[in-house]
Amino acid sequence: MFSRHVLAFGCLLALTACGAQPTSTSAAGDAPAQTTAPAQVTAPAGAGLSITDPWVKTTEKGMTAAFGVLVNDSDAAVTVVSAASPLSPTIELHEVVESGGKMVMRAKEGGFVVPAHGTHPLEPGGDHIMLMGVTEQVKPGARIPFTITVKDGQPLEFTAVGKDFAGGKEDYQPGMDH
Amino acid sequence: MAAGISRRGLLTGGAAVAGGAAMTVLATAAARDAGPAGGVATAGQSVPAASRTSGGSGTSGPSGGSGASGPSGASGASDVSASAVEPFHGPHQAGVATTPQAHAVFVAFDLRPGTGKEAVVRLMRLLTDDARRLTQGRPALADTEPELAVAPARLTVTFGFGPGLFAAAKTKSPLAPLPSFTTDKLDKRWSGGDLLVQICADDPITVAHALRMIVKDARSFTRVRWSQRGFRRSAHAQAPGATQRNLMGQLDGTVNPTDLDRAVWITDGPEGLRGGTTLVLRRIRMNLETWDAADRVAREFTIGRRLDTGAPLTGRAEHDEPDFARLNRLGFPVISEYAHIRRARTEDPGLRILRRPYNYDEGVTEAGTSDSGLIFASYQADIGRQFVPVQRRLSEGDLLNEWVTTIGSAVFAVPPGCGPDGWIGDRLL
Repeated sequence: MFSRHVLAFGCLLALTACGAQPTSTSAAGDAPAQTTAPAQVTAPAGAGLSITDPWVKTTEKGMTAAFGVLVNDSDAAVTVVSAASPLSPTIELHEVVESGGKMVMRAKEGGFVVPAHGTHPLEPGGDHIMLMGVTEQVKPGARIPFTITVKDGQPLEFTAVGKDFAGGKEDYQPGMDH
Repeated sequence: MAAGISRRGLLTGGAAVAGGAAMTVLATAAARDAGPAGGVATAGQSVPAASRTSGGSGTSGPSGGSGASGPSGASGASDVSASAVEPFHGPHQAGVATTPQAHAVFVAFDLRPGTGKEAVVRLMRLLTDDARRLTQGRPALADTEPELAVAPARLTVTFGFGPGLFAAAKTKSPLAPLPSFTTDKLDKRWSGGDLLVQICADDPITVAHALRMIVKDARSFTRVRWSQRGFRRSAHAQAPGATQRNLMGQLDGTVNPTDLDRAVWITDGPEGLRGGTTLVLRRIRMNLETWDAADRVAREFTIGRRLDTGAPLTGRAEHDEPDFARLNRLGFPVISEYAHIRRARTEDPGLRILRRPYNYDEGVTEAGTSDSGLIFASYQADIGRQFVPVQRRLSEGDLLNEWVTTIGSAVFAVPPGCGPDGWIGDRLL
């Protein structure tokens, strides 16, 4: 295992077994175009940006993260520059990178770039939307509104569903049960 | 003569005489008189089940399956059945009329104290979403093992609401508890439950993955009350829809309703249940040790059917109508007054229960005795009108009671299906 101590610092998103080997779009499903996806999970934006299967890890309070697959149907790349939700006053776009043999989390410089006619997965162990200072419990099955701001385009609004998830721990203390 | 005595014994003593020598005499006579189907069957007549099913109509299973399980009758390649998909959306939940898959797990949850309607709705949205994706061969949301989701193998995930769920949601329960039956020896460990999830597929790994996903999403709201795993012949071992064989060796489920709109689907009462059904789930232990001591003639006499073909003792093929009036040369009914098929008989096809049983076979003891039986899943529009009368007759006198005991029992309302934007129970809660 990579060090838990590193991951416990600050707002680092600790990662369990899957952290070192992100699995493509696995967590959010790999079929963004599926018409059977629940209505609330895909919201069109002016710039042709949408998100498939958005979800947010449940938490009592403090830190958590949101995931999904960003889909860009337009002819130009779209850059996500920030995200907002009533859940938290402090939300950052994060990436997970290797640093000195350890996986660490940090703000992603320049935001998330979704290529033209492409996708950009947000998943545990990879890029994600980090929420800090969450004061309200995120319950399983809760529907949490989000707004994503993109460079030179309309914001994208969507609702993420609360899911219990063992990975992507936001507050890792050795010996803690859950 | 002895026959007179034994007949009186049979008629008054019911199940108690089963296995007795007098009965064997009678049964032998009955079998001899049953017609040209072959006289007394012997244990030596063993024909592989798969080749035998071609003799019957082979379509006794509930109709309405999607037929997605590959070329009919052909021993479909494994990739075909692994990718076979049962539809999730529709007026009815899948997993009831669906041609039974080979593997099943039934898991019952109890809602945690303080879980009210708002939480139940969140729970059912989550579980419906899991079922919607997994049954179509897509990973669940936040699925940590997405690779296990790609072989749906006709996966169905079916939900049933127990009385406790209705109470928690402050919604009037359509369920009444079953009356007590004298033959029941119910164990709490296998009984009751607020929420039932029935997971069936032709592949056991698919079942395990779906169960894991469902349990992970349910456990914030619930505790697991019990889980029961069951199996039937695997998909390649017999023709699709052929009647399954239970671990006593009998064809089990020959007589099922064909008009499900009458017998199974609820068409009146509260709007939110129309298109749904009810499930009575019973865990029936088989005493295979004493069953071993019953000879073939006694076994067939007990059921009223032949073991090999499943034909009634008065007929030649599995789906021949039993002739309950036919007497043997001694003047006794060929199919005993206390034969299982006579006691279980419901004349009106519209009132028949839909049986979708699975076998269970848990670990053997050190002494080599089995823990085997049947997970008896009975679907019907109306438990009181359809299930209860049959069970009452069986408990009052069924030769089979000598070897089987119901050790678990639960009732659930099975809500109708839902659309792409809905969730199971959305019209009910």
